[in-house]
Amino acid sequence: MDASVTEAPPVETVATAMPRSVGRLLLLPSVVVLLAWMIVPLVMTLWFSFQYYNLINPETAGFAGLDNYRYLVTDPDFWVSLENTLILVGSVLVVTVVFGTLLAVLFNQPFPGRNIARVLAISPFFVMPTVSALIWKNLLMHPIYGVFGAVARSFGRQPVDWFADYPLASIIAIVSWEWLPFALLILLTAVQSLDHEQREAARMDGAGVIAQFVFITLPHLSRAISVVVMIETIFLLTVFAEIFVTTSGGPGNATTNLAFLIYARALLQYDIGGASAGGIVAIVLANIVAFFLVRSIARRLEV
Amino acid sequence: MATLTLRDLRKSYGNFEVIKGIDLAIADKEFVVFVGPSGCGKSTLLRMIAGLEDITGGELQIDGRRVNHVGPADRGLAMVFQTYALYPHMTVRQNMGFALRLARVPKAERDRKVDEAARILQLEPYLERRPKDLSGGQRQRVAIGRAIVRQPKVFLFDEPLSNLDAALRGQMRIELSRLHEELNATMIYVTHDQIEAMTMADKIVVLQSGRVEQVGSPLDLYHHPANLFVAGFIGSPRMNFLPATVAEAGSRGTIVALASGQRLAVPIEARSARPGDPVTLGIRPEGLHVDPAGPLTADVTLVERLGGLTLLHLKAPGDQDMTVQIEGSDPTRAHDRIGLSVDPGATHLFEKSGQALPHLGRHPLAA
Repeated sequence: MDASVTEAPPVETVATAMPRSVGRLLLLPSVVVLLAWMIVPLVMTLWFSFQYYNLINPETAGFAGLDNYRYLVTDPDFWVSLENTLILVGSVLVVTVVFGTLLAVLFNQPFPGRNIARVLAISPFFVMPTVSALIWKNLLMHPIYGVFGAVARSFGRQPVDWFADYPLASIIAIVSWEWLPFALLILLTAVQSLDHEQREAARMDGAGVIAQFVFITLPHLSRAISVVVMIETIFLLTVFAEIFVTTSGGPGNATTNLAFLIYARALLQYDIGGASAGGIVAIVLANIVAFFLVRSIARRLEV
Repeated sequence: MATLTLRDLRKSYGNFEVIKGIDLAIADKEFVVFVGPSGCGKSTLLRMIAGLEDITGGELQIDGRRVNHVGPADRGLAMVFQTYALYPHMTVRQNMGFALRLARVPKAERDRKVDEAARILQLEPYLERRPKDLSGGQRQRVAIGRAIVRQPKVFLFDEPLSNLDAALRGQMRIELSRLHEELNATMIYVTHDQIEAMTMADKIVVLQSGRVEQVGSPLDLYHHPANLFVAGFIGSPRMNFLPATVAEAGSRGTIVALASGQRLAVPIEARSARPGDPVTLGIRPEGLHVDPAGPLTADVTLVERLGGLTLLHLKAPGDQDMTVQIEGSDPTRAHDRIGLSVDPGATHLFEKSGQALPHLGRHPLAA
């Protein structure tokens, strides 16, 4: 007993003196790896964006100044891709949040087969983007083999060639289908956490189904909706596989978003310098969006 | 004006009946308390009155009008929930004015009514705050305020004080009684806490497993419990129950023999009980006195000193647990052997079926 008491203090002083130096030393490897992982590609992209660097034209090389950026902003494709990116992100957010909220409220009601319905509703999230895009392209939207075409024909209507006539809307439909389950999942848990006495109190106060939804459920969901919007925005800015598999950015540039534009510059035109400039623009854009999102959502989260 | 009539009210979930036919009349401006152990159906009954639960059978009338199928908002009732159920994203003012807003009452009138309710409940400084910035007692008052602004015919309270600490609970009890007087409204109050029931009620309804055990004024229930259940449920500490047999059944009272052989004359009608019938003798803890010459002896197992009062926990012969309430100044210590005398007026007799035998005279305070 005595021995342990006399021995304890030195152990303690070592324990408090050590961590500053040793702890930092132990942290160093992971910090270095993480930094390298982030900083090296960023600096390289930044560097390439100021270089003439085309893989099929090695003759023109060297410092380009702002030329890559000048070409980029004077390229009509760039502005179209920026517009397409924003339309895609905005539309998918609206579709997933609106339908996610309604489905969450619906799936919170007891009905026979609810658990199976929930699993079915959530399963699209587990299908990888290339696969779901292919399913939509070949099994659903194809004017000849697709289900939609068959339905149209059964009503005696001309089948719609979706990717030719409504290319961006088709992409939006596919991406929404993939992300709706995510919104549903988050919002359903939020709906379930709503205190049922609150809803009963609202009923006693004379709130009908719609008033309960507007005044009780929706405010309760606002925080979860913020989370859905934030997370989805981050991922939707970089949608690529769905476009690559279905339309390859076409027809023309109708479905080219920023991510696909960068890909096309780098790996179809082999213009590394131009692609890097596009990449830097994408980083700036993502950071602007992130800044506003985080600021507005952080305020809402601190309830 | 608001009277309530319950006629053979029933509620089943599937084949499981939780409310098994309740008949009850509630008069205007009455403060009625539903009390009973958890699971007795008291909250379900309240929610049926509120309209939050469907009525399976029977009839519910408010002011003589059948309201079985009237929606909760149109019954003219207001309810205060156990968890308060305040709307967290609304200020106190918005919370209290929500019902009026839904009813499209003009803003000026809405504000006037909210201000009036806030004045009654001393909530004026908090009107622009949100529920999370309020203490438990203040939230409770907002919940009551939300009920008051609707000027309901009947107020319903579902265990409203159970989330408060003891001191605040005592304070809110007084406040609710004051409110009942000030608002002059009919109130129905559900609780499992018999102190709340005893102190606030005009009329207590004791429920057990979906049935009414007894209806009466607090002292009526205390001094003339209808059966063993009510006798054991009302009163703290619990009434002592001793097995006994009827020794003599006379017109001036009954003489019972305790297990120890001691005989005791009690002023209770024997009715159909014959000598030799087993009965239960009930004695409240304050009906027993430490008395070396008393007819009962017991060992003190535990002494709880509350200051003004002292509770003695005893082991009587036959392994019988008993509780006695005595003066705080009494020097009796644990493991003493003491004699006890019984105040015959404070005793009760229960038949084997659990039904109480009637006293010869009524207690003066139990009208």
